[in-house]
Amino acid sequence: MDVLTENWSLYGEGFLGTVELTVYASILALVLGFVMASFRVAPVGSLRMIGTVWVAVLRNTPLTLLFFAVLLGLPRFGLVLPFQVFAVLALGCYTSAFICEALRSGINTVPTGQGEAARSLGMSFGQTLGNVVLPQAFRSVIPPVGSTLIALAKNSAIAGAFSVTELLGTYKTLNELGYSIIWSFVWIAVGYLIITLAISALFNVLEKRWGVAR
Amino acid sequence: MLRTRNIAAVLVCLLLTALLAGCGREGSPPVKGPKAGALPQYKVDTSFELPESKTWKKAKKRGHLVVGAKEDQPYLGEKDPATGVYSGFDIEIARMMAASLGFEPDGIRFRTIASANRETALQNGQIDYYVGTYTINDMRKKLVGFAGPYYMAGQGLLVRTDENDIDGPQDLAGKTVCSAAGSTPYQRIAADYPEADLVAYDTYSICVDNLLTFQVDAVTTDDAILLGFAAKAPDEMKVVGKPFSEEPYGIGVPRSDNALRFALNDALEENEKNGNWKKAFEATLGLSGVPAPTPPPIDRYPAN
Amino acid sequence: MTHSTTSATALYDIPGPVTRKRHFTYGVISTAVIVALLGWILYLLFDTDQFTSEKWTPFTYKGIQELLLRGLGNTLKAFAYAAVLSLALGALLAVGRLSDHGPVRWISTLLVEFFRAMPVLVMIFFIFVALKVQPLPALVAGLTLYNGSVLAEVFRTGINSVERGQREAAFALGMRKTQVTTHVLAPQAVRAMLPTIISQLVVALKDTSLGYLITYEEFLHAGKLIASNLDYDLPFIPVVMVISPIYIGMCMLLSWFATWVARRQRRNPKTEGTGVAAAEPGTVLPGRLG
Repeated sequence: MDVLTENWSLYGEGFLGTVELTVYASILALVLGFVMASFRVAPVGSLRMIGTVWVAVLRNTPLTLLFFAVLLGLPRFGLVLPFQVFAVLALGCYTSAFICEALRSGINTVPTGQGEAARSLGMSFGQTLGNVVLPQAFRSVIPPVGSTLIALAKNSAIAGAFSVTELLGTYKTLNELGYSIIWSFVWIAVGYLIITLAISALFNVLEKRWGVAR
Repeated sequence: MLRTRNIAAVLVCLLLTALLAGCGREGSPPVKGPKAGALPQYKVDTSFELPESKTWKKAKKRGHLVVGAKEDQPYLGEKDPATGVYSGFDIEIARMMAASLGFEPDGIRFRTIASANRETALQNGQIDYYVGTYTINDMRKKLVGFAGPYYMAGQGLLVRTDENDIDGPQDLAGKTVCSAAGSTPYQRIAADYPEADLVAYDTYSICVDNLLTFQVDAVTTDDAILLGFAAKAPDEMKVVGKPFSEEPYGIGVPRSDNALRFALNDALEENEKNGNWKKAFEATLGLSGVPAPTPPPIDRYPAN
Repeated sequence: MTHSTTSATALYDIPGPVTRKRHFTYGVISTAVIVALLGWILYLLFDTDQFTSEKWTPFTYKGIQELLLRGLGNTLKAFAYAAVLSLALGALLAVGRLSDHGPVRWISTLLVEFFRAMPVLVMIFFIFVALKVQPLPALVAGLTLYNGSVLAEVFRTGINSVERGQREAAFALGMRKTQVTTHVLAPQAVRAMLPTIISQLVVALKDTSLGYLITYEEFLHAGKLIASNLDYDLPFIPVVMVISPIYIGMCMLLSWFATWVARRQRRNPKTEGTGVAAAEPGTVLPGRLG
C-alpha cells in the first residue's frame, strides 16, 4: 500500500503519460482509420489499393517492430521529434488498420436498399454517405471500435521500453528505490484497469445512446 | 488482396531459401577502429579446488563456467555479431579469473545480461559471476557480492564532435542526456543535475545511436565505456570534460558465496602482480590511446 | 477481399461512362501521388546513404545470416510453445466457464476477464521481474495467459453457437454432459472456430516480438545487435528492410491461412449450420486486437 501513497507523483506521471498516449494515438487512429476505410470503399482502384495494402501490412506487423522502426528509424532521415510524438505515430498508425476494418465492416452492414433509396430520392454521393449510410454504420461500429481503443491503451505499454514516460515504466524507478516489486505491479495493473474500464464504460454509454439492436 | 499476399509470400520464401542456402562468406565483416591486439594467455591452475563454494562446485560439475557480460561495449565487453565471440577488457578479466579457478580457456561461456537484470541473474543462478562495468556500491552489496575492484572508472560525457556547448555535467541544463535504465550514472544525473532531460534505454549502443541521429545531445556513463565508443567513430564522437565520479568496477558474485569472492580477490591480486592485468589492458582498452593505469587496491570486505 | 466493391454498392450505383471517365482521372492522379511519394522515400533513402556497400556487406557473411536465422528460430520456438500452451489453457478455462459447478465457473470467469483486461507486456514483465523467471519461459507464460484467456472465450462462444437441437438430441440419447461436449459439441465447434483460432495465433506470433523487451534473443534482438554495431556503420535501415518483410510475411501467411480455412468452410456443407455464428473475439469487451 505504501508504494502508492509514497510515490503518488511518480504513478500519477506514468498514469497521465499512458492516458495522453492513448488519447492522442486514438485520435490519430480514428482519423487515419476513417480515411483508409473510405479509401477501401472508394470507386477508384488505386485508392482501394492503398487502403488494402495499408491494412494488410499494418495488421500483420508486430507492434514492437513498428516501434523499433519508427522511434529509431525516422530520426535517420533528419526528423528530430520528441519520443512521445514518435510513439503516438507508431501506435496510431498500427491501430488505424484495425479501426479501418471495423469501419469498413460497419459500412458493409448497411443494407444496399438504403443507399438505393437515398439515390432514387436524388441524393448525391456525399449526401448518401453522410446522411444515410454513415449514421447507420456508426451505430454498429461502436462496440468493435471500443474494443480496438482498449487494445490501443494496453498496447501503449510498449512505449515505456522506448524511453516514453508511461505507467509500466514506473516499475523500473520503484525497483531501484527498493520497493516491493509485487506491490508496484499491483498498482500498475490497477492503473491499466482504470483506463480500460473507463474506455469500456464510455463506449457502453455511446452504445446505449446511439447503438442499434441487431 | 489475395494476389498481394501471395506475392509477399513468394518473396519471403525466396529470401529464406537465399539465407538457408548459406551463400554467405566465412569470417566476420571488417571491423572499424583499432583491432584487438595479441591477447595474453593465462596459466590454468589445474590443481585448484574450492569445495566450500556452491557456485564453483556447480560449475565444475557442469564442466564450464557461465559468465555474465555486456555485448555492446567496444573494447570492454563486445560480442561480434557474426562470430558470437566476446572480446574486451572485461572479457579478459573474466578469462583470467576462469584460469585461476581451474577452468581451461574453452571451459567458459559468456552470456549477455543487461544492466537492469544483473542482480536478478546472479540471485537466481543464471550466471556464476558477472564481469561487465559493474560499479561496486553499498546498495548493490546488499544484493550481490563484489570481488575487486579491478578497474577505476569515472563518469564522463560523450558528445558529437561538432558539439561545443557541453564541457561537463554543469552544461547539461536543458539538454537531452541518454544513459542506461537503472545504472549508477543515470541515477547521479537525475539526483545532481535535475535540469537535464533524461532518456533511458536498456543498452548504451541505442544511446550512441540516438546521439548520432540527433535525438539526444549527450550520452553519459563511465568514461571507459565512452572511450571505447569514441575510438570506433572518432570523426563523429568525442569524450569531453573530466570524470566527475569514481566508479570502482567489481566482479559480481552471488551474495552468499563468500568463498568464491575471496578466491577471485586472490586471483585478481596475483594477476595484477604478474603483469597479466597490464597486458590485458594494453590489448583491449589501451587501443583507444589510454596508457594502462595502476589498478585500484582490492577491497576485501568481510563475510556477512 | 477484392469483392469489397460489389458488397459496398450501398454507396453508389454501377458507374456510367462519364463517371467511369471521372474515376479514371482520379485513379491517374492518385497513382501519380503514390508514385511521387515512393520516389521521395527512395530519394531519402539514397540521400541518407542507406544503400552503401558498407551497410549491406555484413549481410553477406555467414555468421550474420546465422545470427538472424537463430533469432528467427527462437521466435518460432517461443511461438510454438505459446500456441500449444494457450490452446490447452484456453480449453481448460472454457471447460471451467461451462462447468455446472458455481465456484469453478466463477473462478474461470474471473481469470479470463482479468487476463484479457491486462496488457500482455505487464504480465510478461511481472513474471520476468517479480517472479525472476528466465526470458523464454516468462515470454511464453505471458503470451499463454493472455491468448489462452481470449481462446477460452472463443471456445465457449463456439460451443454455445452449436445448434441447440444437437445438444438436446444428444442428451435425449442418454449421453452424459462430458460425452455431449466432447463427442457432439466440441467437434462441430472447433470446425466453426478454426479461422478465429488461427487469427488469434497470429496475435501470439506478433507478440513474440515483445520478447525483445525482456532480452530474449529473438529475431528483433538479432536485428538490433547488427543495427547498433558501429563497425558496420549502423545499418539500421537495411536491418529493418531485411527483418520486416520476413516478420510481416510470416504473419500474413498465417492470416491468409485463416481466411482460406474460413472460405473453405463456408463452402463445406458439414459446417453450414454453425459457421455463421463465428464470434469475433474483438467485439467482446474488453478484448484486445493487437
